[in-house]
Amino acid sequence: MLVPLSWYIILSAVIFSIGVFGFLARRNLIIMFISIELMLNSVNISLAAFSHYLQVMRGQILVFFVITVAAAEAAIGLAILIAYYKNNPTIKVDEINLLKG
Amino acid sequence: MKYALIPLLPFIAFVLNIVFGRNYIKDRAHWIAVPAVFGSFVLAVSAFTDVLSGNVININLYSWITSGDFHVTVGFLIDQLSAIMLIVVTSISTLIFIYSIGYMHGDGGYYRFFAYLSLFVFSMLVLVMANNFLLMYFGWEAVGLCSYFLIGFWFHKKSAADAGKKAFIVNRFGDFGFGLGVILIFLTFGSLDYMQVFGQAGSLLGQTIDLFGYDVDLATLICLLLFCGAVGKSAQIPLHVWLPDAMEGPTPVSALIHAATMVTAGVFMVARCNPLFNMSEIAMNTVAIVGGVTAIFAATIALVQNDIKRVIAYSTVSQLGYMFLALGVGAYSAGIFHLYTHAYFKALLFLGSGSVIHALHHAKHDDEQNMQKMGGLRKHMPLTYRVFIIATLSITGIPFLAGFFSKDEILWRAFLGGELGRFLWLLGTIAALLTAFYSWRLIYLTFHGSYRGGEGQEQHIHESPKVITVPLMFLAFGAIFAGYVGIPPLFVEHGDKIGEFLAPVLGHPEGHGTHVQEFFVMGASIFVALAGWIVAYTMYLKKTDLPQKIGSLFKPIHTLLFNKYYIDELYSRSIVQPVLKASDKIILAFDTYVIEGIVNGLPNLIGLFSRKFRTVQTGFLANYGLVMAFGVLCIIGYMIFVR
Repeated sequence: MLVPLSWYIILSAVIFSIGVFGFLARRNLIIMFISIELMLNSVNISLAAFSHYLQVMRGQILVFFVITVAAAEAAIGLAILIAYYKNNPTIKVDEINLLKG
Repeated sequence: MKYALIPLLPFIAFVLNIVFGRNYIKDRAHWIAVPAVFGSFVLAVSAFTDVLSGNVININLYSWITSGDFHVTVGFLIDQLSAIMLIVVTSISTLIFIYSIGYMHGDGGYYRFFAYLSLFVFSMLVLVMANNFLLMYFGWEAVGLCSYFLIGFWFHKKSAADAGKKAFIVNRFGDFGFGLGVILIFLTFGSLDYMQVFGQAGSLLGQTIDLFGYDVDLATLICLLLFCGAVGKSAQIPLHVWLPDAMEGPTPVSALIHAATMVTAGVFMVARCNPLFNMSEIAMNTVAIVGGVTAIFAATIALVQNDIKRVIAYSTVSQLGYMFLALGVGAYSAGIFHLYTHAYFKALLFLGSGSVIHALHHAKHDDEQNMQKMGGLRKHMPLTYRVFIIATLSITGIPFLAGFFSKDEILWRAFLGGELGRFLWLLGTIAALLTAFYSWRLIYLTFHGSYRGGEGQEQHIHESPKVITVPLMFLAFGAIFAGYVGIPPLFVEHGDKIGEFLAPVLGHPEGHGTHVQEFFVMGASIFVALAGWIVAYTMYLKKTDLPQKIGSLFKPIHTLLFNKYYIDELYSRSIVQPVLKASDKIILAFDTYVIEGIVNGLPNLIGLFSRKFRTVQTGFLANYGLVMAFGVLCIIGYMIFVR
């Protein structure tokens, strides 16, 4: 039995929403990074699903790009986080507000 | 074209001195300036002989401006009139440059002095040689600029800096009129070239122009506007106030610029434009009346002044008045003749007074220009005394010196000029009387009697060095013999060589009188010259208490004259102060409300907005995320529902 496309889309939407909620609601920077990864990967799911549904390889190629970018982003983000932590031992975003206007 | 070098040589000297003067040339500035101006003189003499043999040179060197119908060239016209001016300007400049070597010796701005003086000579030569109105205007403004530089040469002295500014600003009034005149000439004739404009001058007859709803005679308007410039530059009433103050400059400057050359530019210009002036009787009469009134007005002021240079300055104003009087009665060549003789004897007077000032300065005199503090100098400065006597004899019109011939020619021409002419002749003769009086008063106060300066100065007063006295002797030679080119036909048939020489440019003056009349006019001027001399002799040599008595007897008149008719005060009250006060207020208001409004208002506005908008930057990552999410939702909503 083939899993219908709509299920993939719903799964993607649900994971994305969880990611958005996590990004907005949580205060721990690491959790927020995980949330971003969730959002990126939910997009990957929908890309892969459409790619299969339409029988076009472009979507799956794009997924690889997204994975690469996500990895790079996580690396840079964590590096920034560690550098920041050395100066200011906290990872709570509430307390990281130097750019407040 | 070698004659282009006449103005260029001084210009090269200027450039060299101003660029390399401070660091390299320094006290050797005269080694550049004097040969340059002497070279100009040699070329000017060659140009003069060229003209004398009948070659009028009119050459365009360079196309300066071409815009539509507007063509202006840099070109030179050397005809009889400019040839005479060239000789006057370059010869006097050469002598005064040499004199300055001695006079300015050791001055901190030595190179600067020669640079400006060279620039002046260049400008004056351009003014004289120009073959169109715009180039003349260029020279006209440039000599004014140099005059400003040189009056304020000792700029650390406030009075000198102020005098420079005053000269420049007063001249602005006149030059404004002159500029308008030039524009009007272009509008009327469609050209600024002398030959074209003067060629069409006849077409002005009867033309009128609408000015604020009145029909004004075009020729009159043009001529009066041009004359405005002459009034400013040549220090005629009512713009004469700058010239006496200009005496703050170094004495060679007073002699060259404010006596012999620049101030006569107005006379030259009116003579140059004689085809235009001949078209308007009103303008001619205005010129004559302004000249005549100035001649007597300035002479009365000179009677009571105590500053040696100021007396000579007022004398200059008065003599310039004579020249305009001559121009106004149509005797252009007489005016130019007087310009030419006046240049020699007036430069001599100035340089002689410079020699006196120089000597007193070295004797540590504290008030070196005040004649009341001089006296008895003839024992110490015999040569200066002698040249001074020659210059005075010449200016007062004692027979057979230069001033006699030219002044007599002017008075004779005025005498022939109808009723107005007779009146002006009377003014001129009275002015001659006053001239004789104040000139001899100057001599007696300065050179005769006993020394009235401070203790222990007298033995330090010595004759000036040769570099100063030799130019004086050359000028004295000029002051004696310069007049022999214009002997009246009464004495020698065809004696009026200068008049005949200038006739192709300036025409022949009208009017003929009898020999008896001519002898009468001549006798009258000789009589007043002697009378003024005798009065001065009695008052300042024989009965030295007399001036005091007369002064207190006519106290109000003396005060009025001593304060120069309060003209400076009048201008100060009626123009300068109101303008200063008004502009103070306007500037204050403009500054507070407009400038500060802009300067402070703009940042205030930006600050106001930014205080509101910067709260957007909360510093909470979650807020940014929310905004991003909201933005994404908006875009998605737009995609789904609107498109």
